[in-house]
Amino acid sequence: MHSVEVKNVFKFYKKYAEKHKFLTIKSAMVNKTLFSDLKASERFEALKGISFQLETGKTLGIIGENGSGKSTLLKILAGISKPTYGEIITQGRISALIELGAGFHPEISGRENIFINGIILGLSRKQIQDKYKEIVDFAELEEFIDHPVKSYSSGMYMRLGFSIAINVSPDILLIDEVLAVGDASFVPKCLDKINEFRRNGKTIIFVSHDLATVERICDEVIWLKNGKIEMRGYPKRVVDAYLEYVGHKDEKRSQVRHEEEEKTAADNREKRWGSKEIEIKNVRMFDARGVEKYLFDAKESLVFEFDVLAKQTEDDFVFGIGIYNSEGTLCYGSNTLLEEFASRSISGTGKVRVVIPSFQLINGTYFLDVAVHKRDGYPFDYHHFQYTFKVISPSRDVGISRVPHRWEFSDNIRLDKNEDL
Amino acid sequence: MIERLKELLRYRQLILTLVSRELKARYRGTVLGFFWSFFNPLLLMIVYTIVFGFIVGGARVSGFENNKLMYSLFLFNGILPWTWFSSSLLESSNVLMVHGAMIKKIKFPIEVLPIMVVLTNMVHFILSIPILVLFFVIFGKGLTLWVLFLPVSLAVQFVFTLGLSFLISSLTVHFRDIKDILTNLITLWFFATPIIYSYKSVPRALQVVLDFNPMTHLIESYHFMFFYGSLPHWKRMSVTVVAGLFFFFLGYLIFDKLRDTFVEEV
Repeated sequence: MHSVEVKNVFKFYKKYAEKHKFLTIKSAMVNKTLFSDLKASERFEALKGISFQLETGKTLGIIGENGSGKSTLLKILAGISKPTYGEIITQGRISALIELGAGFHPEISGRENIFINGIILGLSRKQIQDKYKEIVDFAELEEFIDHPVKSYSSGMYMRLGFSIAINVSPDILLIDEVLAVGDASFVPKCLDKINEFRRNGKTIIFVSHDLATVERICDEVIWLKNGKIEMRGYPKRVVDAYLEYVGHKDEKRSQVRHEEEEKTAADNREKRWGSKEIEIKNVRMFDARGVEKYLFDAKESLVFEFDVLAKQTEDDFVFGIGIYNSEGTLCYGSNTLLEEFASRSISGTGKVRVVIPSFQLINGTYFLDVAVHKRDGYPFDYHHFQYTFKVISPSRDVGISRVPHRWEFSDNIRLDKNEDL
Repeated sequence: MIERLKELLRYRQLILTLVSRELKARYRGTVLGFFWSFFNPLLLMIVYTIVFGFIVGGARVSGFENNKLMYSLFLFNGILPWTWFSSSLLESSNVLMVHGAMIKKIKFPIEVLPIMVVLTNMVHFILSIPILVLFFVIFGKGLTLWVLFLPVSLAVQFVFTLGLSFLISSLTVHFRDIKDILTNLITLWFFATPIIYSYKSVPRALQVVLDFNPMTHLIESYHFMFFYGSLPHWKRMSVTVVAGLFFFFLGYLIFDKLRDTFVEEV
């Protein structure tokens, strides 16, 4: 059985002509254009032919960039706005967690707001009475429940809103990005509650930018792009495809930024020092195929390359690199001296490459230091924090670098592995 | 449309809750609390008594000669229902915008908002009636059984006010200018209604003009019930009934037509 059926839904938003802003009701009535003026002269197409069905008891994730139509779709599903064309069929009571506490009145107490919000959401006074304790307990607001809501912190506000919305016992739960504002301890509690809903066979539609959570709790994911369904399917597959798409866009952007950064960096004396008897130029990064880029997949190999120019022949020189994370922590550093190369000679222009077949770094932005100096540390040319690159990784592990490892369990412990990870 | 209105009945609990929330919230944090809903018209009455009773000489114009106490009572009699009417319209011009967050995020029948405004102000009016009665007692002016006509006037005024409230609240979403026009229009309307003067004291020619104002007959009906202690003029009152029904259906029709645009425009 399907709980949600969306049939070829279009949603257009109106963009009014400039002149509309200067019209008053009087001139509209005089010209008899009162209603025709309310018609749009231009339109923005937020949804362009969305169709899908969702089986009862399934959890559907909706992902996509800002402005892709996620929230519009959810509002239409919630019945708040109407589709321009198309049809939506839903079975059962819907509760939409779109903006928590939207109906709260700041001047009156949490207790009174629970009743009012519950009634707005379609419960009877009696039903709220029965659920009242559960709502307050879940929101952890016993002490504050008789204080006016305006004195609540945003976290308390959100907790109360979530608690009411989730306790109206809906058949279909619509969740829009609401967990993003919760405090660290409350979010897991919300996720637990959402999981409880899943176990109880409720239908959930979950809109979020938090791809990790989407992957974890959804049975299926829809990726919306410019108001159309770009992809629908198994969460891991859709999220990865989406990440790849976003990554490519990011790559182009960071390439541009990279060039700009290099220009400003050149003027920045603090970021570069040394006697320049040997100079480092043109620091570049490549992937294994020799494509210059600054955004890498964690599994990819990586090559740092730079040109060196020695003004005269030198025999005492050391090349070094350092990789820092965005907090400025050194993740890895090494040089030719530490790795027991003995320098013989350098003259004229040359090229140095550092090949990293697989660098075990986690998600994030990194800075690269490159340097050439004498064995005693006398700097020829030192480039500090001048180059950045980004690593995207599907894993969500934390720390400074990835430690290669595997898990082993005795026979009485059973876990299922998500085969794609 | 009739279907929609029927559906609205199912939401009466929501409406009642919203009204009680408004009543609770309005004076929360003030020292005098609910008494403001009676002090406001009282202060207004004192101001008008001073201005028209002593400075301009309105009391004489209104046919009260020099009986300033009676004039005050007459004023108070008219100002209370007028306050219900004017506050409702002014709040209606804002109500959809004020509750914009709710309209955008929660599914509920939006017409409960103008209904809430009119009902809330009606409750304020009803609560001030015992005080009006008290003033009649203090000033030594007796009341008659015609006071029992009150529910009829309440019903007529409710329908008329709500119709305008639908009209104003929905149109203001698209034409924000209405709010400014309305403030001035209501002032004009106040003086075009027999509140600070009596209908009888107006020259015949002007009475004809006043007859076109549905509020004239409504305020008059309160005057009849309380001040004059007689049967309200039901023939003239029927003008207001017709106007009330007309505006109610027109207002709701326009509100309903514009309903789907609220989510995007508030």
